[in-house]
Amino acid sequence: MRGARSTLIALGLAALAGCATTGEGDPRDPLEPLNRVVYRFNEGLDEAVATPVATAYRDVVPGPLRTYVRNFFGNIADLLIGANNILQGKPDDGLQDWVRFLFNSFFGVFGINDVASDMGFEKHNEDFGQTLGRWGLGDGPYLVLPLLGPSSLRDGAGTALDFYFDPLGDVRPVRLRNSAVALRLTGTRADLLDAGRLLEEAALDKYVFLRDAYLQRRRSLVYDGRPPREPREDEKQDRPQREENEAAPAEKQGAAAAVNVVAGSSVNTSGPSENEKNR
Amino acid sequence: MKKIASTLLLGCLFVVGTANAQSPQEGAPDVLVKNVTLEVVELIAKDKEIQSGNRAKLIELIEARVLPHFNFSAMTALAMGQSWNKASPEQKKRLTEEFRTLLVRTYASALAAYSDQRLEFRPLRAKPTDTDVTVNVRVIQSGAQPVPIDYNMEKTSSGWKVYDVMVGGVSLVANYRTEFNNAVREVGIDGLIKSLQTKNRSLAAPAAEKK
Repeated sequence: MRGARSTLIALGLAALAGCATTGEGDPRDPLEPLNRVVYRFNEGLDEAVATPVATAYRDVVPGPLRTYVRNFFGNIADLLIGANNILQGKPDDGLQDWVRFLFNSFFGVFGINDVASDMGFEKHNEDFGQTLGRWGLGDGPYLVLPLLGPSSLRDGAGTALDFYFDPLGDVRPVRLRNSAVALRLTGTRADLLDAGRLLEEAALDKYVFLRDAYLQRRRSLVYDGRPPREPREDEKQDRPQREENEAAPAEKQGAAAAVNVVAGSSVNTSGPSENEKNR
Repeated sequence: MKKIASTLLLGCLFVVGTANAQSPQEGAPDVLVKNVTLEVVELIAKDKEIQSGNRAKLIELIEARVLPHFNFSAMTALAMGQSWNKASPEQKKRLTEEFRTLLVRTYASALAAYSDQRLEFRPLRAKPTDTDVTVNVRVIQSGAQPVPIDYNMEKTSSGWKVYDVMVGGVSLVANYRTEFNNAVREVGIDGLIKSLQTKNRSLAAPAAEKK
């Protein structure tokens, strides 16, 4: 089942990558026409099934219980988050994730309480897509995956790995595993209900808004919230007025870096920024 | 001559007035963000009408307490990118107005969704001479990675003003740039103004019903 699913995703990716590109449009999204079709399909399905189920879940299940559910699955996820941190050359963060798992599993009663966060062991956000990004792989073309939504060639491959190594995949009997996966999905979608409404209100073109937000968000995540400044080459002429303010990027970046180093834990920025320069 | 003197005098009064209004502590951008945020959160928590979903009243509150600290023409200019210079002064004015309305409504929705998450205000690390800083706030939620909210702020003659907000690393202003540029290319600047107006009107309708 698990193997079949990742094969399916791999096939889908290959098919999408093979599609012809169109002329005018966003260079990050050469498959836009196809992506829009998948997007509409996902949206229809979301409106018909996921949103009603998630809304009912939010209305019926009391808040504290929903927090238990979120914490429970978040705790299991910490195992792979730790592995990804180690793969990204951040053993300290990785160990912290595993310490979180141990603490929350015991003192947090099977992870339903996030006691580790209260003790100062902060939760991280990592996945295989980010690890590939950290290793220097660019996003590749933006993709909207059926059922799964916004992704990219790199993140789609990452998602396939996430599925493959998902600890929930090993749960047996299969029926229990399916229920667990369904509950996790429902909880995640319920947490996003407000965000969905915001998107509805904020965007002129939801597809474009979501795509740009996704790409910005992933870039930020790959660099753990401290992305290097975007290369300005192609954007120079489309930044009027503010250029005077942007005139001293080096100085600003220095200040920003200082803020970040003080504010957060230390991070290895040399690798990715090297990378960025070479781009 | 007399007129010039009185104008100068008025100008001096204005400067003195704003200087007084701003106590030295409130001068720091991070203190400003913290004070305004805590004040707004508290006002919302106390207000039963807002709690029961009165969107119009929430927007009123935002207009009064939050908006004075935003530089909307800078935000609009950044979101428009290269198209900004092609716009006439009148178009710039209308764009800024419509974008402002849209952002306020979005902001109101975001605030309405806010429940009991804990907020963490990070100390600002910037030189006193800096005129462009980023103030970091984090929303802490159980079982999830904290969501950073970064306010990019610029020092102006009338105090520190926000010109971009980044939520989870996503810049609000940058996120509108592609949309705006697509619209300008396809339907022109007036077309963009029109579609912003339509959007704002459609959002205003349900809010009015709730009143």
